[in-house]
Amino acid sequence: MSSRQDRRDRLASRAVQVGFLAALMALWYLGTAYWGVSPLLLPNPVKVWHELADILGSGEYLPDLKVTLGELAIAFAISCTSGITLGYLISRSQYAIRVFEPLLAGVYSVPIILFLPLYVLFFGLGPGSKIAIGTSISFFPIVLNTIAGFGYVDKIYVTAARSMGASDFQMFRHVLLPAALPVILTGLRIGFTVALLSILGSETIASLAGLGHRIVHLAEAMETARMFAYIAFAVAIAATLNTLTSSLERRAKRQ
Amino acid sequence: MSATASVRKTFLRHPALARLCVIAALFLLWEIAARWWVDPIFLSPPSRVVSELGELFETNGIPAALRITFWELAVAFAISVAIGLVVGLAVGLSRFSNRSFMPIILLLYGTPQVTILPLFILMFGIGPASKIAFGVSHGVFPIVVTIVAGVQNIKPILMVAARSMGASRWQIFRWVIFPHMIPSFFAGMRLGMTGVLLGVLLAELYVSAAGIGYFTTLFTQNFDPTRLLGLISVLAAMAIVLNEIVRRAEVHFGRWRTD
Repeated sequence: MSSRQDRRDRLASRAVQVGFLAALMALWYLGTAYWGVSPLLLPNPVKVWHELADILGSGEYLPDLKVTLGELAIAFAISCTSGITLGYLISRSQYAIRVFEPLLAGVYSVPIILFLPLYVLFFGLGPGSKIAIGTSISFFPIVLNTIAGFGYVDKIYVTAARSMGASDFQMFRHVLLPAALPVILTGLRIGFTVALLSILGSETIASLAGLGHRIVHLAEAMETARMFAYIAFAVAIAATLNTLTSSLERRAKRQ
Repeated sequence: MSATASVRKTFLRHPALARLCVIAALFLLWEIAARWWVDPIFLSPPSRVVSELGELFETNGIPAALRITFWELAVAFAISVAIGLVVGLAVGLSRFSNRSFMPIILLLYGTPQVTILPLFILMFGIGPASKIAFGVSHGVFPIVVTIVAGVQNIKPILMVAARSMGASRWQIFRWVIFPHMIPSFFAGMRLGMTGVLLGVLLAELYVSAAGIGYFTTLFTQNFDPTRLLGLISVLAAMAIVLNEIVRRAEVHFGRWRTD
């Protein structure tokens, strides 16, 4: 295919994308403004935009955002330290890998969100139960990827380093860590994403504060326009954080 | 001396045995903790949870709630697979539509759908419809993405060969694309099942009129950890069985490639 036609193809697909999104927006606007879709189900996009501007301008979102991000930071810190430490310890022996890896993978296949009612019973409706659910969901990808990273370093590198007289620390710093880091970073990124999702989800289900709580609160008050604005805000925050972690991962892998 | 040595040897040869011992130790720890350390209004020992499992099933409404949840999972999964297959093929088989729509699909896949959970309830009510819809919203994207990847990964030489031997469009689909799609289709089904489970259970826990979410809330508010743990165990078992079925299917149907 010539490069000229290729360029034209690319342009056409961009046009289709823009057209699709524009049609969606137009349908949304027409549906709410003229065709009488109930504003309780789907508010007018212009109204949502005003609400969003109001939320951002008044700084009303700050307390909720602080709660959610605080929970996320604590949960991710706990699952990182415990996941990487435990993963490293298990990966030191092939036997331990064969004992523990299927066990952890088995628990990982259970939808851990099921334990949320239990955590609410243990830790109450406050941040405690959200931190617990975020930690236990993000722990598994981190520990499994740490095991995969450290446990399956090519034997030939280890043997070569040993035979050249590398100390334990040198072995860790210059052989194991560089080999394992990309896999571990992937685990950390997945862990971060699922921690954020599960914290937003558990705030939606049962909570006292946080972005998820705010959205539910507005839904129950039937303030749909403001709820849409908060949803857009939460999605934007999540997208920003995910893009940030992905680019951090890519940058760290390149080194 | 030789006895301990042989025990050691058995354990070293069978990691599964050691794994069972770890599981047993964890359950023992739970039992001890629940019996002597933790307040019984928060935690019940596993022995009591198991022995009262029968009573749980006799609780008014529990069998019906489990049936509803299972039904929601099945319907959501079936719809996800149907939509995922159609959209995946439509997007994957044409270069142009792949370029145009894949970024939109990936964008939607990347947004946290939990934030719009209240919206699903507003639109579909608190009955099974909203759970099914939310389950589909979680299950359909991994299926689409995996099927597109599977269709794209077909070696161009196979398509060219089939075409140059005069195969019709349908024949190419039936004999080249279809067999190549099978492994990725089942891989997508496995990921889709994980998504459907997450979506349906999230929606159930959020609000439920007669499903299991109603009972988890009830047992939590009544400080009844025995039945809560029993119900969670039954659901976890259900999830494991469903996951295992699609995983087995994936291994079974993906085998021709490695042979």
